[in-house]
Amino acid sequence: MQKHNYGTAILAGFEYLLEKYPEVFIIGQGLWSPWYVGNSMTDLDKKFGVERVIDTPVSESACTGAAVGASLAGMKPIVVHPRMDFMIYAMDPIVNQAAKWSHMLGGQAHPGLTIRSIINRGGEQGAQHSQALHAWFAHVPGLRVVMPSTVSDARDLLIASVLCPDPVIYIDDRWLYDQEDELDDVVELNLADQRPIISIKGSDITIVSCGHTSLLSRHAADLLRDNNISAEVIDVRVLNPFIADEIISSVNKTKNLLVVDSGTLSSGFSAEIISKVVENISLNSLKSLPKRIALPDAPAPTSKELEKNYYINVDDITKEVKKILLT
Amino acid sequence: MKNNLNELTDPTKLHEPVSISNIDDEILKKMLKSMILIRETEHKLAEARKEGLIGGPVHLGAGQEAIAVGISQSLQPTDRVFGAHRSHSHLLALNPDFYRLFAEILGKDTGFSKGMGGSMHLFDQHSGFYGSVPIVAGTVALAVGAAMAAKMQNTNDIGVAYIGDGAVEEGVVHEAFNLSKIHESPILFVVENNLFASHMHISLRQPNDMISRFAVANEIPFEVLDGNDVCSVYRSAKKLIEQMREGNGPRLIELVTYRHYGHVDWRDDIDVGVKRSQKDVADWKERDPITRLSKSLISEGLWSPDEEESFKEELRTNISLAWEKAMNDPYPDLTATMKYVFSYKSKEES
Repeated sequence: MQKHNYGTAILAGFEYLLEKYPEVFIIGQGLWSPWYVGNSMTDLDKKFGVERVIDTPVSESACTGAAVGASLAGMKPIVVHPRMDFMIYAMDPIVNQAAKWSHMLGGQAHPGLTIRSIINRGGEQGAQHSQALHAWFAHVPGLRVVMPSTVSDARDLLIASVLCPDPVIYIDDRWLYDQEDELDDVVELNLADQRPIISIKGSDITIVSCGHTSLLSRHAADLLRDNNISAEVIDVRVLNPFIADEIISSVNKTKNLLVVDSGTLSSGFSAEIISKVVENISLNSLKSLPKRIALPDAPAPTSKELEKNYYINVDDITKEVKKILLT
Repeated sequence: MKNNLNELTDPTKLHEPVSISNIDDEILKKMLKSMILIRETEHKLAEARKEGLIGGPVHLGAGQEAIAVGISQSLQPTDRVFGAHRSHSHLLALNPDFYRLFAEILGKDTGFSKGMGGSMHLFDQHSGFYGSVPIVAGTVALAVGAAMAAKMQNTNDIGVAYIGDGAVEEGVVHEAFNLSKIHESPILFVVENNLFASHMHISLRQPNDMISRFAVANEIPFEVLDGNDVCSVYRSAKKLIEQMREGNGPRLIELVTYRHYGHVDWRDDIDVGVKRSQKDVADWKERDPITRLSKSLISEGLWSPDEEESFKEELRTNISLAWEKAMNDPYPDLTATMKYVFSYKSKEES
């Protein structure tokens, strides 16, 4: 057992991959001075060499495209975008190339790269340093999208993503980095077998979330327990391909559903979760209408007071749960 | 627009037979046959598209065969070649299997991309053809990455990125040039400057007709040549590729050429082309890469009009047979639409 926080768990995942698989390399901005990414990449360049841990020109598109090309040639590249907002420059290699090559070439090409993208918000950074665009990527057939919310998933889903021959968008969130846990030795997982998991068992309401809001939902469930409310918390983990079986079973049991998403509301991932549930249950069995909490349909504001109000906190979740159950 | 390319862009010039000096006889004949094969294959496609037998768009490169053929003689099957929307010649110069190209364009399971790609998404990794896509400049960075990988894998393989004069109007090309130079990646940028992007002449799009100016900006050694002279293309590519295999970084070769057909399908595009006249097309057909090499070989006694005629006759028969066979081939199974989305299968799926 080793004590880790979320950031060092990611670091441990990188170290495991670089040690064991010579075809793994990492490319992205800031890797030779990784102060953008907390403690998740410290000294990788010194330990594994600058040929395998590559800091780059300010060229998101070419660097992501290069990783796609290297993966087609048998490498297992990891691209790091320290802020998801800048990754928008790389949409062509991600959406038109990586996501499509297997399909449009008859399953013969394997763009098995992993793109680590960080949601890095708060701190009055504003609209272009804060976005959580996981729903965009989950909408693209051919991209696997994972959002680890726990310390163990931070390490183990990273390893599973890199070992998977499909393109994977691995999204972590700086607001998850303070979590601590003890980790066993690595067991390599098949990413295609990973699916949503029940983080906390409960019987009164199902709360579904992904990434940072999964952490908030777990905290909320702890607080609700003090009010004799038993919330079942489900962490989506894998947004595409999205398997909703566990969520549907849970809602059939609790008969109440709240979805909490760290992206904006309209056309967001919260809508997909609710759709998959209501398409697959008897609506008469529900005790309340499914509800969702997400960010307002507005870019992230900069000013401190507006920012505080914009983001979701644990209170928002407990209040909504009480409203659903007590009205 | 500054005309830095001078007579290379004047279609009334450079009609004479090409110089074949210092090239092996067998390679000369192989290049001639390869160019004729590509031309005849594309004529078949033009005809079939016109007759409505092909459902999707075909971007034909007739007139530009010398480029892929001249380059490909110095490539090995482990190299990593990436194309674009007009890539039939790039693939056929590496693997002349027109039957599988026909099958692909007809959407058949036996095609190069198992019928999933059509004309614009071609794949034949066994011959070094990693793939082509119709997003302009979409594969340039991919080719750089495959070249970076070649170096990491301690091979002497190179990457090849075929791009047109329009592609350099996309920002990612400049990122890719810069990245390849910073890493001294073994990538050959092949610029097929045919003076048009779709319907627009280069003078309406750029202040200078010489694309190599961007190689200068990125410290990439380059050459600019008559792209309809297969022997020049061959000599120059051979030299540049040898340099790269010895561990040198990127190279760029700019080949000035012209397409006989319009941007897409069988038409001339005189009506939709801005600055594309019937006279220009006729003049450019006089700078034909096949005729120019054929004449040289005939005058040196290496080839004869009879040989050419019987070669073409046999080829056309084989093309017709291949077409018929492809027409009768099966379409992909209906499960293909979902089957190829991901490579990795879960326990339940496998």
